[in-house]
Amino acid sequence: MGTRNGEKMTKTITIAHGNGGEENNELITNIFYKHFKNDILSKSEDAAVLDVPPESIVMTTDSFTVSPLFFPGGDIGKLAVCGTCNDIAMMGAKPKYLTCSVIIEEGFSTRELEKIVRSMKKELEINGAMIVSGDTKVIPKGSVDKLFINTTGIGEIMQPDISAHNLKEGMRVIVSRDIGRHGAAIFAAREGITLESSLETDCASLYPQVKALIDAGVEIMAMRDATRGGVAAVLNEWAKASEVCIEIEEEKIPVSEEVRGICEMLGFEAVNFANEGTFVLAISAEDEPKAIEVLQQFNTDATVIGTVTHQHEGKVILNSSWGTKRFLDLPTGELLPRIC
Amino acid sequence: MAELELKNLYDNFRDGKTLQAYAKIIAEDAAKLGRTINIMEVCGGHTHSIMKYGIPQLMPENINFIHGPGCPVCIMPKERIDHAYVLAQQPDVILVTLGDMIKVPGSNGSLQDARAKGADVRFVYSPMECLKIAEENPDKKVIFFAIGFETTTPMTAVLLDQVIKMGIDNILFHINHVTVPEVMVELIDSRDEHVDSYNNQIDAFLGPSHVSVISGSKIYEKFPKEYGRPVVVSGFEPVDVMEGISMIVKQFVEKRCELEVQYKRVVTREGNLNAQKLIDTYFDKVDLFRWRGLGNVPKSGLKLKDAYAKYDAEVRYKEVLPLAEIEDHKLCICGDILRGMAKPPECTIFGTACKPTTPIGSCMVSSEGACAAYYKYGNLI
Repeated sequence: MGTRNGEKMTKTITIAHGNGGEENNELITNIFYKHFKNDILSKSEDAAVLDVPPESIVMTTDSFTVSPLFFPGGDIGKLAVCGTCNDIAMMGAKPKYLTCSVIIEEGFSTRELEKIVRSMKKELEINGAMIVSGDTKVIPKGSVDKLFINTTGIGEIMQPDISAHNLKEGMRVIVSRDIGRHGAAIFAAREGITLESSLETDCASLYPQVKALIDAGVEIMAMRDATRGGVAAVLNEWAKASEVCIEIEEEKIPVSEEVRGICEMLGFEAVNFANEGTFVLAISAEDEPKAIEVLQQFNTDATVIGTVTHQHEGKVILNSSWGTKRFLDLPTGELLPRIC
Repeated sequence: MAELELKNLYDNFRDGKTLQAYAKIIAEDAAKLGRTINIMEVCGGHTHSIMKYGIPQLMPENINFIHGPGCPVCIMPKERIDHAYVLAQQPDVILVTLGDMIKVPGSNGSLQDARAKGADVRFVYSPMECLKIAEENPDKKVIFFAIGFETTTPMTAVLLDQVIKMGIDNILFHINHVTVPEVMVELIDSRDEHVDSYNNQIDAFLGPSHVSVISGSKIYEKFPKEYGRPVVVSGFEPVDVMEGISMIVKQFVEKRCELEVQYKRVVTREGNLNAQKLIDTYFDKVDLFRWRGLGNVPKSGLKLKDAYAKYDAEVRYKEVLPLAEIEDHKLCICGDILRGMAKPPECTIFGTACKPTTPIGSCMVSSEGACAAYYKYGNLI
């Protein structure tokens, strides 16, 4: 039985909602158009017509498959907008237009889908961005884990030439807040790991912080959100790309008590945990006070954690407070707890 | 009274000034020795701490570490990993194990590979999770692939205890628990005619932390008495390790050879008697357990008592489990590393053919193995 536009949807998504026909239209109208409404999307053409500046733009894409779909501090919808908008913001650009493609497992709850779409909307508003094109597929039960979302985004460059290749001796390395929250929160929420914790993900849009840095006149040399692979991955990529050594003072890395606790219990390091609203920044020594002042307005844990040197080119070194040093390497394989 | 928080358990044990103070004491004492002291840390947790916190950088030249066989994942011979792999692929089986066991390669692949091929393989933090998995999957057999030293054995025993008391019939066990003192004896006094343990370089032992919480320090009493090797049971935090080493060095300076406990805040002579009783209830020693890199070690492994054979996956799935022993790669020198006769970088395949992503020898497979710890943290020394 079909329902008309504006009427209540069925409780769960069925294969018919992906048929390209009436039920498909219902799903799109009652959930996606309802929340993503804007002039470009409403035209409902085969492709969106966009107004973009004549000079360069940035573009990025990301797919989201997180499990569980809802986690402390966010859900897959928030993640899908933050993830793509943050990648754009990290290039010193303003997120403008996004596409949204969802693959839904048959039987998925309509109410949960709407909840996810609502979080996407909220996050789009923070970024001042809009969804201009989308696609929906419903596939048989068991062929996908509940819901996957892909978003692709375009942004307008505010400050050009930010690059992982820009690091030079003497530059300062900053993290925007305490690290490792997203990875630790997701790990604690996973099946098989019975941990009670009040820990929330750091999942957040970073555009407002980037805009504030640029408005304050900070010249950003390199900037990257520390997603999968964590801060360790970002630092290693930079050290290799710029052929420099990054020396980190281990004590200065901000880690919350909750994240530290999870790391202690399971034998992990916070620098390897994913973040979804935390970024690493490289700037000149002169810009340090300005950058810290701006970032601390957003989070008081923002701090300088290290300096660029030439001690071991292509490597990241962790200096301990008792005078020893070790390399900080990339994590390998699946993150698994140590046994004893 | 303030609540005990997790951070209280480590905060004061990573203090830079304290570490430097111990480094100074060790250097002053070591200078009086006129010889090199080789200290074996038996436990993988110690190896990991020592490398992670850069402890060798704080040591004088005549204090040397030998990294012992105390990583339960590293010492698992390939044929037993193949057991797990085969069990995971049996119809209606959910194979459950702990942590990084799932990435260790057997001769056909790792449990991760089995999972990618469709097997239901899960890792848990606590073996008690098996109860929930078994309840949710009444039509399946949950096989707990139990690994670890004295530290994790009680958890397996508690699980079996519950399984019996609750009358659960779909949880089975594949037991790979091993014991510390037997392998320590093997390292310094092997009775295996193929092993030249008389060339071992071990002068003293840093005794394991958590194993000793369960077993008590009494299990090491014979080492100073019968084998002339001092043992200091020490905690895992860097301050614990440094204090433990300074106690060992002091014994040599004062010409003592004793069992001492640095980790007094949790280790007693007797240990956890309830846990020991539970282990004795359900487990027997096996005559020989084959250790990867070391070979057969008498009485060093556990198995379920015959009375509990119906819970034993090795018995129940006897027909499908491969029996042949699988040797390590010819070029691998893990056996020598474990006896202190070589360091990881002396191995010709270290860091080239053998890496944490593609481990060939036992010491590279888990982050607690000596080679893996050297690969990850060690190349600055």
